[in-house]
Amino acid sequence: MSATQIEDDVAAISKRWKSKRGSLIMALHALQDRYGYVPRDAAMSLGEQMDVPLARIYEVLTFYNYFRLESPGKHVVSVCLGTACYLKGAPNLLKRASETLGIAPGETTADGEYHLQVVRCVGCCGLAPVATINELLLAKVTDEILDANLAPGRVDAAAATAGANDGKA
Amino acid sequence: MAKLTIAEMQARAAVEKPAPGMPVIKVGMSTCGMAAGAEAVFATLGQEVQARGLDARVARTGCAGMCSMEPLVEVKLPGEPAVMYGGVTADFARQIVAACAENKPLPTEFRVPSIGQLARVSGEPVGTGSEPKQYRIVMRNCGVIDPEEIDEYMDRGGYQALTKVLGSMTPEDVIEELKAAGLRGRGGAGFPAWLKWKLTRDSEGEEHTIVCNGDEGDPGAYMDRSVLEGDPHAVLEGMIIGGYVIGAKQGYFYIRAEYPLAIQRIEKALRQARAAGLLGNNILGTDYSFNVEVRLGAGAFVCGEETALIASLEGKRGTPTPRPPYPSVKGLWGQPTMINNVESLANLSQIIVHGSEWFSKIGLGKSAGTKVFAVTGKVKHAGLVEIPMGVTLREVVEGICGGSATSVPIKAVQTGGPSGGLIPAAALDTPITYEDLIKLGSFMGSGGMIVMDETDDIVELSKFYLNFCVDESCGKCAPCRIGGTQMLRVLDKIADGNGTEADIATIKRLANAMQKASLCGLGQGAPNPVLSALRYFEPEFRDRLVSVKN
Repeated sequence: MSATQIEDDVAAISKRWKSKRGSLIMALHALQDRYGYVPRDAAMSLGEQMDVPLARIYEVLTFYNYFRLESPGKHVVSVCLGTACYLKGAPNLLKRASETLGIAPGETTADGEYHLQVVRCVGCCGLAPVATINELLLAKVTDEILDANLAPGRVDAAAATAGANDGKA
Repeated sequence: MAKLTIAEMQARAAVEKPAPGMPVIKVGMSTCGMAAGAEAVFATLGQEVQARGLDARVARTGCAGMCSMEPLVEVKLPGEPAVMYGGVTADFARQIVAACAENKPLPTEFRVPSIGQLARVSGEPVGTGSEPKQYRIVMRNCGVIDPEEIDEYMDRGGYQALTKVLGSMTPEDVIEELKAAGLRGRGGAGFPAWLKWKLTRDSEGEEHTIVCNGDEGDPGAYMDRSVLEGDPHAVLEGMIIGGYVIGAKQGYFYIRAEYPLAIQRIEKALRQARAAGLLGNNILGTDYSFNVEVRLGAGAFVCGEETALIASLEGKRGTPTPRPPYPSVKGLWGQPTMINNVESLANLSQIIVHGSEWFSKIGLGKSAGTKVFAVTGKVKHAGLVEIPMGVTLREVVEGICGGSATSVPIKAVQTGGPSGGLIPAAALDTPITYEDLIKLGSFMGSGGMIVMDETDDIVELSKFYLNFCVDESCGKCAPCRIGGTQMLRVLDKIADGNGTEADIATIKRLANAMQKASLCGLGQGAPNPVLSALRYFEPEFRDRLVSVKN
């Protein structure tokens, strides 16, 4: 993304939120929705356009778990470690995902394809254990379902999963 | 939709809606349902109905509570009771449509209890004991209406409470009604709702604000998500009434960013309510003007703490501040602010419509009304249940949810999440009330109820919960920041088999310090899971000590 592109994106976000009190977090959400993370250049531009010191922006960004400071790669694999998922074997799923992708939680594969992370409860505890790949939610995840969704060379995450879910839940 | 007036709303209430003269097929389309494949089922049903030229309606609805049986499909033929199916596949969806089209009996496989068989509905009398155990006040419309259609909410009496309040009640009347009803905060602590409302109303300030706390951070709890997704207008109606009572012009929904569907449905509800004249300037043609905006959380458990939530709404780090001053006196931007839980607000319209006398008779003692629980973990039928308070833990876990999901007996139940406590199987006959759960060393909490079986390791679980609180500690006060880490280190030592007798004493001492000296509920509550584990399962800790092993 070019510097002008960032300036334009930030200008639009700033226009939407600047006049509203306390809206820094909403503006940061908008940035992350746009890029998948909050790029440093964008944070700096936001600070200038919304008249917020950069230190304030980073104090907020680093406090909240939801915000990412680095590009997560194409597919964000989130394994839920909420209590229900924990009891139903999520730690093993996390380990398996980590071994399959060859990265620790919080890391991104060298080719930029996958980012692995832990989430605290996505609110689908009745279908535990759950994992998500980008927007897609996988329910009652087994080793097989996980493997099918993390298979090397697999182009589209959604297609394989729709099959895996159909009728199994 | 044209802007409505009080008179029009009153007229609307008097009109009885005829039952549809065609089959109605509803699909549960909340996050759980979609994860289990409801979208494919919904699409298939639509295509089949069209392909066969069948005169039937395929509709979406919210969470019926039987999450482990998703995708759920309810079929209602004219003049017949509704039939519910669970674990529906695209293939089976075709069979359902075929039966409707060919006038054949509905398939008998995949049947699960219908909502009517599971629960009584808001407004019905308390009963004598032969009816279903569940009683749905908060979840009255979940799994029944299309949450994206304001008309369906209004056809079930929606916004009639607001009409009554604006048409014939003063703010003081509403507060009196809440007091008589005995509603207590459903976020966990159980503070009397009427008192919170009165304190905020009575506080001096330029701009009173009402906030709905939808930042459901407790892992293992998702009641609020289901209500926001399944019946957004119910929460909004409670909030509009709340704004009138405390004299607010502005309200905020503070919702977890991790709940995109809930956010989307609330935003849609806000647009619909504005268009109908139920929100915005001169609501229902009266002098009352009130606006609501959505603000997103960003993954910080501590923001469930009122003062931290306010800091987050102001765009800052979510660190708590000492109380007093309470938010009811000095909250958002230093102004009187009332923060209510999703479930508390969803109760409100029902108290207004059906009356405090009806409400106060449901429940037990000082715990009036119902509570929604997300029962999960090693239980056969994981899902949401709404029960009158006073029902026992055993009736919920074994009666409604079918007991252990494995062949292994249940060992314990955890309520109150990372600030709550373990309750051993031997205490399952305890009635669920605010007071009884505290006596057991746990607390009501927001509604997570996690079931553990005999294979679950209590020491590891204690570590799991404590680890969560250590991760989520905001770091502002030392007792929580340092105490939690220290305690975790000692627990690790015990779990690894290197602990001594003195370590157990250290844990208890640290817990005491954290409970007494932490700034907010996160630090004060963090030792609870460990303490309750020690209270009921101390031998499991002792078995790992060095002296025992050698």
